[in-house]
Amino acid sequence: MDAILQNFFNLAVYRDVFGFLLRGLWTTVWLSLLVIPIGAASGLVIAVAATQTRRRWVRFLLAAYVDFFRAFPPLVLLIFIYYGVPFLGIDLPKLMAVAIGFMLNNSSYYAEVFRAGIESVPGGQAEAARSTGLTRMQALRHVVIPQATRNVLPDLVGNSIEVVKLTTIASVVAIPELLRVARDAQSLVYNPSPIVLAALMYLALLWPLVRWLSRLEHRHVQAR
Amino acid sequence: MEWFDRLVFTFFNAGVAARYLPDIVKGMGVTVALGLCVVAAGLVLGLLLAVLRTLHRPWLTLPIVAFADILRALPPLVVIIVLFFAFPYIELSMSSFTATWIALSLVLAAYAEESIWAGLLALPRGQSEAARSTGMSWWRTLRFVLLPQALRIAVPALTNRVISITKNTALGSVVALNEVLNNAQSASSNAGNPTPLTLGAVAYLIIFLPVVLGARWLETRWRWKR
Repeated sequence: MDAILQNFFNLAVYRDVFGFLLRGLWTTVWLSLLVIPIGAASGLVIAVAATQTRRRWVRFLLAAYVDFFRAFPPLVLLIFIYYGVPFLGIDLPKLMAVAIGFMLNNSSYYAEVFRAGIESVPGGQAEAARSTGLTRMQALRHVVIPQATRNVLPDLVGNSIEVVKLTTIASVVAIPELLRVARDAQSLVYNPSPIVLAALMYLALLWPLVRWLSRLEHRHVQAR
Repeated sequence: MEWFDRLVFTFFNAGVAARYLPDIVKGMGVTVALGLCVVAAGLVLGLLLAVLRTLHRPWLTLPIVAFADILRALPPLVVIIVLFFAFPYIELSMSSFTATWIALSLVLAAYAEESIWAGLLALPRGQSEAARSTGMSWWRTLRFVLLPQALRIAVPALTNRVISITKNTALGSVVALNEVLNNAQSASSNAGNPTPLTLGAVAYLIIFLPVVLGARWLETRWRWKR
């Protein structure tokens, strides 16, 4: 018991590294706020293109893109971009590598969610909107997409929570987010308390979101 | 065409590929073995927790809900790192394979428990009442009436989870587990050429593309049958 307190919940260590870890938490938050909108927006574009086009080869290419990046572990993608691309003589800042990797991976997940949403809106909605004189784009923008988004809101929230958790892989390419600074702190103080503190901070950030998601899902099921 | 030659030399270098192919294949063995172990342990534990939750005992439900919440809130990489780097300080050392296996199994169990429980909740009350009134015991009701239906409802959520969590086996490379990504990385730094990373990427596609397509097929089949 004493060993656990000493090594996992060492208050003296907590006090020393708290400010340091808080900066890491802040990096995690803004990194998430950077990559979530990029992924959601490109996913929406892919989903709209895939559901609206009549060209089969476009549909096929988009489905292949989505499946390809769903089958690819995000960490592998990140390492490939971060370590591979510089061999071509292209200088790639690490934040850029992370942004590109996250965009490719997240856009395919968000695209699947939005596609399910768009398909859940009855065809009569778009037809009715068109018959009132709206153009195809207007019908999509003002009628179909708002309903689609509402129908898949729990999935969108769930996906975004997964993205926040995924930012931990940026630690592998030395972006000073929460996990990275916690591991740096651990090697400075020779005590694993900073990692446990980081885990507690992730819980503090994400547990309320997970609870909120559960309630959202529950309400969604009942509303149907 | 100079840039094209350079691209081929850099990412598709046949000499480098031939030299390091055995490493990648060995890594594939570890990745597949780890993935199968995670799926088996995670689904069994998740199912067990969901069944225990049907007993409606607060002293069981509370820890199960807390477990599921915490492991759904924590990033899997954090769980792996705590197990591998922090637990040795309390005399609980484990190999990188064990640490990754336990961490990912617990995460999968948390999600599986939630999905199966949601499936059970979605069933009309009449199902269990009817089964019980025919004289079936609680266990037989669960085993033959409720779980088969609940599992069918949970399948799409479960397949998605299984895919995303088995892909997380790549996180084992952070604790130096000799799976595909780790082998590809050390090979490419030995060779001074990223071709092994390309091989690793292809290896992941060989392993996971069939899984993704299979899941898609399973989900459509399920939808048709309803």
